[in-house]
Amino acid sequence: MHAEEKLTYETWPAEPEKSTLEAKNKFLGFWLFLGGETVLFASLFATYLALKDKVPSADHALAKDLFDLPLTFVATMLLLTSSLTSVYAMYHMKNFNSQKMMLWLGITVLLGLGFLGLEVYEFNHYVHEYHHKFTSSAFGSAFYTLVGFHGAHVTFGLGWILALMIRNYKRGLNLYNAPKFYVASLYWHFIDVVWVFIFTVVYLMGMVG
Amino acid sequence: MSTYAQKKGFGSVIWDYLTTVDHKKIAILYLIAGGFFFLVGGIEAVFIRIQLAVPNNDFVSAGAFNEIITMHGTTMIFLAAMPLLFAFMNAVMPLQIGARDVAFPFVNALGFWLFFFGGVFLNLSWFLGGAPDAGWTSYASLAIHSKGHGIDFYVLGLQISGIGTLIGGINFLVTIINMRAPGMTYMRMPLFTWATFVSSALILFAFPPLTVGLTLMMFDRMFGSNFFITENGGNTIIWEHLFWIFGHPEVYILVLPAFGIFSDVFSTFSRKRLFGYSSMVFATVLIGFLGFMVWAHHMFTTGLGPVANAIFSVATMAIGVPTGIKIFNWLLTMWGGSVKFTTPMYWAFAFIPSFVIGGVTGVMLASAAADYQYHDSYFVVAHFHYVIVGGVVFAVFAATHFYWPKIFGTMLNEKLGKITFWLFFIGFHMTFFVQHFLGLWGMPRRVFTFLPGQGFEMSNLISSIGAAFMSAGVIVLLINVIVTSVKNEKVGNDPWGDGRTLEWSIPSPPPFYNFKQLPLVRGLDPYWLEKMEGKKGMTPAEPLGDIHMPNASFIPFVIAFGLFVAAFGALYNGEKSWAVPVIIIGLLITFGSMLVRSLKDDHGFHIHKEELMDDNDKGVKA
Repeated sequence: MHAEEKLTYETWPAEPEKSTLEAKNKFLGFWLFLGGETVLFASLFATYLALKDKVPSADHALAKDLFDLPLTFVATMLLLTSSLTSVYAMYHMKNFNSQKMMLWLGITVLLGLGFLGLEVYEFNHYVHEYHHKFTSSAFGSAFYTLVGFHGAHVTFGLGWILALMIRNYKRGLNLYNAPKFYVASLYWHFIDVVWVFIFTVVYLMGMVG
Repeated sequence: MSTYAQKKGFGSVIWDYLTTVDHKKIAILYLIAGGFFFLVGGIEAVFIRIQLAVPNNDFVSAGAFNEIITMHGTTMIFLAAMPLLFAFMNAVMPLQIGARDVAFPFVNALGFWLFFFGGVFLNLSWFLGGAPDAGWTSYASLAIHSKGHGIDFYVLGLQISGIGTLIGGINFLVTIINMRAPGMTYMRMPLFTWATFVSSALILFAFPPLTVGLTLMMFDRMFGSNFFITENGGNTIIWEHLFWIFGHPEVYILVLPAFGIFSDVFSTFSRKRLFGYSSMVFATVLIGFLGFMVWAHHMFTTGLGPVANAIFSVATMAIGVPTGIKIFNWLLTMWGGSVKFTTPMYWAFAFIPSFVIGGVTGVMLASAAADYQYHDSYFVVAHFHYVIVGGVVFAVFAATHFYWPKIFGTMLNEKLGKITFWLFFIGFHMTFFVQHFLGLWGMPRRVFTFLPGQGFEMSNLISSIGAAFMSAGVIVLLINVIVTSVKNEKVGNDPWGDGRTLEWSIPSPPPFYNFKQLPLVRGLDPYWLEKMEGKKGMTPAEPLGDIHMPNASFIPFVIAFGLFVAAFGALYNGEKSWAVPVIIIGLLITFGSMLVRSLKDDHGFHIHKEELMDDNDKGVKA
């Protein structure tokens, strides 16, 4: 099979994300890239743990003063659900149903935007209510860098999925763009997994430890 | 798209190289750029040795000396050794596995241009207010207080070129996993391909910590954060950890490909199958794995405590075992072989004792208690130059002579090659052997001068004379390159006559699609196997058919250029009013061109069967 073939529901392969050599390469290369990203976030987590609650003086807010679990819970639910909806999108991609794939990707993007909105609100809240800033302490720098790196990944992922949707809205699925949708959804899952760790290490451990 | 046979003018050759995605041309770009930075780093080394030739010298000031040693180390590691090895990986590895290109030709070009712009950015520091001066390790406790923009150039330049290296590593991994020719199983891959594979895996996991370390330093120096500002709760040891979690695997990223090159040279010129092939593969993988377990041996005197020091000490010594396996396998490959002393073989032969000296001092340094004596002395300088020059640079020289005909289609002059060898080999040992003793006598590293009457004069002078010999060796190599390029006597597929692996079964230089028909691999050393059975070339694994090739693209250059622009903005952030707009413009260029790449369909093109039948393996110039 090659990327430019015109396919129908009947001839659409079971694994369109790796049915050409280019697609196989993309699939594997992206998994390896995510391996590198894992080490990147591991380094950021280590830095955060080393600098947690490290502030210059006693009047700075610490982790236990800052976090608000209900808000974080809502954000977590939005992001976890968006991972589920992206799975639905990939299910329809595998069934050669471009319309429904677009629908579920659209919902994924909306949920992601919701998450991002909450994060912006949260950061704003910390800065204005607690004077917990990027530049105010080592704790602040480490917190905003770790969570901000994740937020930047969410933003990039949203832009990526949106661009793919707009580009392919009219022309439907083929073996050239199916792997692109697939790796974008992999990226989205990865962002989700990282958030699970942030939720645990930053927020839960910040509240109890 | 059958325009590839046309004659081209100078302008279109430049455009061709700016837009190429062909691994063989990217290899030439890496070779030229890496070679250029090798000369720059070499000149810096010569300045260091002139300054230290006699006591109380004032050839350069103390401040300039700090800049020179920092740039010498940084340039040699990131901008010379790695790109030169990448050049050979690009030129040879796809041919060794019987592939028509790497998995991501576009990403390959992008990787080169990122490295190139990162390197240029770093070196522009010389002209824009001073180079970085906190040593190549740029420890935060020093770097954070460095005046001027030197450290900022270091941080941003390495960040850009580091991304290039990272994506290059991913590319090689996917190429080796997915694109091997029929019959090319993992345990039939040449050792250089294996080394490329393992060192790419190391790149994948070692570069992200560096990325993070550099990002933290960038935030601290340019955007007001407090990671390394102790008054505000920061901790400079974080930098040391992140740097060495990257930095130690980096040593193996460099030396494993060197091992791979030597393995291929030894078996080729001993005209004998590599002794203990599977144990060589095992040792390569094991060294790669252990390479991640030993970073804190650079930090024995940081004060991590006796338990951590003991663990890292033992783990470090353990690396001596797989390395020893390799040394003995190379010796036993030559044993009983019909050894031919060509220039690459000279380098390989000299590599063994030179590298073993570096290995022995490595085990000495690995002993944590003794390290308190050696630490920060010239003993350390001698050790790592024995490993990096005696291992990596010797390998680069060997590979330059060995693969030159495959890359350029003409042989380097053997006589000049041997003169290069003798000058460089003698100069190398003169320069660095005495430095062991200088260190043991108490001369600290990174000092810009020393006093008379302390017993350092003679050895330092010998060391500086050795540097002159090394420089002469490099100059002879440059003359060799010019002479052979002017003569340009074309050679055939297998100019050494003893080629064992697939790259020698196709024309020199290979046609841009490499293999007209993918070869069928029937065992280790597949080309040798066929030759021994009296065949002229490889048996094809497929009928002659259309070949799918990628389109050239200018976008990689533009993506890298955007980051180069943004880096200038970041550098002057908070100081010049145009800084933030420049950051934004640069990032728009980068992300905009990435978007174009993502949205514009690029299916590549096909070379048709009929065209392939026309050019009868003449090695059409791409």
